[in-house]
Amino acid sequence: MGRFNKQYQRLYPVLVLLLVVVTLLSIRFGAVQISLLEMNSALSQVFSQPENLNLNERIFLEIRLPRALLTVVVGATLAVGGVLMQSLFRNPIVEPGLVGTSSGAAFGAALYFVLGSVFNFGTGEWTLPLAACAGGVLATGLVFTLAQSKETGKSSIVGLLLTGIAINALFLSGVGFMSYIARDPQARSITFWTLGTLSGANWHSVGIVGAVSITCILVALRHTKHLNALMIGEEEAQYLGVNLKKLKFTILLINVVMVAVATSFTGVISFVGLIVPHLLRLLQGSDNRVLVIGSALMGGILLSLADLAARLLLQPAELPIGIVTSAVGVPVFLLLLRKKNVYL
Amino acid sequence: MLQAQNITYRIGSKTLLQDVSTTFEPGKLTLIIGPNGAGKSTLVKVLCKQLKPAQGTVLFENKSLSDYSDLALGQRRAVLSQNVDLAFPLNVWEVVMMGRYPHFSIKPTHKDEQACEEAMRYFEVWDMAERNYLTLSGGEKQRVQFARVMAQIWYPVPGQFRYLIMDEPLSFLDVHYQFQFMHQVKDLLRQHPDLVVVGVVHDLNLAAKFADKIVLIHHGRVLAEGSKWDVLTPANIEAAYRLTPVVMAEEEKDSLNLFFE
Repeated sequence: MGRFNKQYQRLYPVLVLLLVVVTLLSIRFGAVQISLLEMNSALSQVFSQPENLNLNERIFLEIRLPRALLTVVVGATLAVGGVLMQSLFRNPIVEPGLVGTSSGAAFGAALYFVLGSVFNFGTGEWTLPLAACAGGVLATGLVFTLAQSKETGKSSIVGLLLTGIAINALFLSGVGFMSYIARDPQARSITFWTLGTLSGANWHSVGIVGAVSITCILVALRHTKHLNALMIGEEEAQYLGVNLKKLKFTILLINVVMVAVATSFTGVISFVGLIVPHLLRLLQGSDNRVLVIGSALMGGILLSLADLAARLLLQPAELPIGIVTSAVGVPVFLLLLRKKNVYL
Repeated sequence: MLQAQNITYRIGSKTLLQDVSTTFEPGKLTLIIGPNGAGKSTLVKVLCKQLKPAQGTVLFENKSLSDYSDLALGQRRAVLSQNVDLAFPLNVWEVVMMGRYPHFSIKPTHKDEQACEEAMRYFEVWDMAERNYLTLSGGEKQRVQFARVMAQIWYPVPGQFRYLIMDEPLSFLDVHYQFQFMHQVKDLLRQHPDLVVVGVVHDLNLAAKFADKIVLIHHGRVLAEGSKWDVLTPANIEAAYRLTPVVMAEEEKDSLNLFFE
C-alpha cells in the first residue's frame, strides 16, 4: 500500500540473497560434500556430455539439486498457505495443518500408495497429487461443514479449530491404517506421513509441486488487495467492493490444492505456515501483497535451513523434517502467544 | 436517491422489520433514531444489501439494490459499521487507503493518494498516518474510519449521487468530536449536494440539532418521520422510549431540546 510502508523494498533483496545462500549451503553439505566447482562443472556438462559426470556431480544433479528446489517450493507453499488461511479467517493462529488440509492430503496419498495399482483412471503421474487433493478437499470441506453453526450459517474460529483437531485425528488414523496394511516401503513409514521428509525429492516431484504451487501463488497475488480488505471485517470488505463468496472460494481452493500437492510428496510438515507469516508481520506489517511474496521467500529459507539441520544433526542418519520444524516452531509460537498482543 | 419500499425482515418467526418504507434524499442528512432493539441496525443492513428482506425492495436510484454488484456499489457508496476492528496491524495510512480499493486494481494512483491525504486532513488524522492503527484510542480510530469512508467517495461522479451510510458513528467520540463531526458532515453536504448521508444515532438532541430528516423506528416499524418538529413530539418519544420528555422549543431559532427527568 506504499508511501508510508516501504521497508519491504529493503526486505525483498535481503530475503532473495538469504534464499540463494541457504540453498547453496543445503546443496553443499550432507553425507557427501559438494563443492561449487563440482556444481559448476556438473551444470556445464549435463546437456553436452552427461556420460562424463563423476559420482559427486551425479549426486548433485540427481539428489541434492532437486531436493533443494523441492524444499524451497514446499516451504514457500506452506508459508503462503498460512498467510491465506490467516487472512481468510482474520485470525493469526490458523494454518493449513490445523483445518484438515494436510492430514486429508496425507490420507489421500496413503490411499493411493495402497490402492493406486488397483484403480487406474488414466491420469498417469498426476494420480498421486490428484488423490492428495481429493483427500485435502474432503477433510477441509468436512471441517468447514461441521464447524458451521446451524442458525447463522457462519463458523466461529473456536469451532473451526476444535473440528480441525477431530478431523485431523480421524484422517491421521486413516493414514495409520493405510501404512499398516501397505506393502510399499515408503507408504509403510508412518513417520514419513506424520513428520514429513524431503528425502523422496526427484525432478518429477519438483516439476509437479513447482508447477502447481507457482500457479497458485500467482493467483493468490492477484487477490491480495481483497484479502487486505478482509482485515477490517467481512461486511466491510463487501462495502469495499469485494465479492466475498467468490473470494473465499478461490482462496480456499488454491490453498487446499497447493498444500495437498506438496503434502503428497513430503508428508505433513507443520508450523511453517504458522511461524513464517508471524515473523514477517513483526518485521514489516500486514499488507498481504508483501506477506505473500515475503512468505514465499522466507518459507523457502526456513524450510531449507530445517532440512539442512535434519540431514546434518544425526549424520549419516536423517531426521524427519517435522521434528526440526516443530522443535523450532513451537517455542517461537508459544513466545508469540504469551505476549498479549504481539503486534502492538 | 435511496428508497426502502415496504421492507419486512424476519429471522425465524421473529419479525425485525415490518413494512418499513422511507426515502433518503441527496443533499440531506437523514438520521435514524429509536430505542435499543427497535431494528435500526437491521434496517441499515437491509439498505446496504447485507441482509435480504423477506418482502419489499430497496431501490438504489430507481433500480433494485440486488441488481448492483458489490464493486459498483463500492465505487459510490461508503458504509461505516458499528465496531470496526482490525484483525492485524496496519498503519493508519493503509487503513484509509482501503477506502480507495474499489477505485484501483493493484497500485493506488496519485488521485487515490490525494483523496486519502485530503480526507485525512479533513478529519485531522493526517499526522497519525504512520502510526499503528491498533495503538490508537477509540475516538482516534473512529476518526480514521471517517477518513476511510470519505476517501472512498471523495470525488463526485458526474450525473450520479454518492452515498454515506453510518451505523452509530458517534459512539466512541467525546462531546467535542461529536459536534465537530456533525458540523463536518453538514459542511460536506452544503459543498456537495450530490451526497446522500444516512446515520443511526442515539442522542436525540444531536438529531434535533443536525438532522434534515429524522426517521423514528419502534418495534420494527416507522413510528414517525419528517422534521424534528414532526418526529420529536412528547407523544412519539413517550411511545418509543417510555419516558416523558421536557421539551424546550424555540421555533423562531429552529431550536428543539429534550430533557429527561
